[in-house]
Amino acid sequence: MSNELIEFVLVSVALLAIGIYGLAVKRNAIRMLFAIEMIVNAANLNVVAFSRFIPNSQGQTLALFSIAIAAAEVAVGLALIIVAYRMYKNIDIADFRSLKG
Amino acid sequence: MADAVFLAISVLTIGSAIASLEVRSMIYGSISLMVTLAGVAGFFLLLDAPFVAMFQISVYVGSIAVLILFTVMLVRRELLFHKIEDPRRRYAGIGLMIVIMLGIGTIIIGSGIKSMEVDAPSVDFKEIGKDFLTYYSPALVVMGLILASAVIGALTLARREDVTNEQRTD
Repeated sequence: MSNELIEFVLVSVALLAIGIYGLAVKRNAIRMLFAIEMIVNAANLNVVAFSRFIPNSQGQTLALFSIAIAAAEVAVGLALIIVAYRMYKNIDIADFRSLKG
Repeated sequence: MADAVFLAISVLTIGSAIASLEVRSMIYGSISLMVTLAGVAGFFLLLDAPFVAMFQISVYVGSIAVLILFTVMLVRRELLFHKIEDPRRRYAGIGLMIVIMLGIGTIIIGSGIKSMEVDAPSVDFKEIGKDFLTYYSPALVVMGLILASAVIGALTLARREDVTNEQRTD
């Protein structure tokens, strides 16, 4: 094991920052879903890295649960995008006007 | 120090993460998202967690990325290449990204985890399976129910009620 914990954590911070940039800037609904995926993956990477270095098996268990929940979230999110696309003929989130509170 | 494999995987992961947000065509964007997810699976392999890595590949690269690819193909063509964003908002977003990177990065480098060393053997995946079936078994059942309800919810949402079987045959 030649790698250190801090390297994995820094990669995870970079992924998190890119994901937040995507969520803040993009107006395309599918691209925002990409950004959410990156943030979830950064969190998983962090959890598994800490579980390797502590060492403890529960981090890996949590990562497995997290991956499964993320799969469900993406399926529902894509179905919502498809429904919104059918209603507004667009995937720009600024066009989803009736969703404003 | 970081070895060559780690550097290669991190460059691939972060580069394709940026590319998936910035590439003009969204089909190439979703393919580079697939590369990012596979790179994270590579990190899991480096962290001696082969079970999580295989789970990541089968769930993310195998199903989620394919699902995203098909959704992208369902959307009209000109919307995929149409980029709508405010340049000022974009610069603010890049600034926010750099602030987050530097801020959290300095906090992490300044904290004590740099001196953390590992000498223990890696976790055996038998232990994970035992955890799943004993201590976490209620959570496992709840997760199965959540997955089932997510599938039913997605099917209900995406179903079209205005198309009937007679219309579909012509």
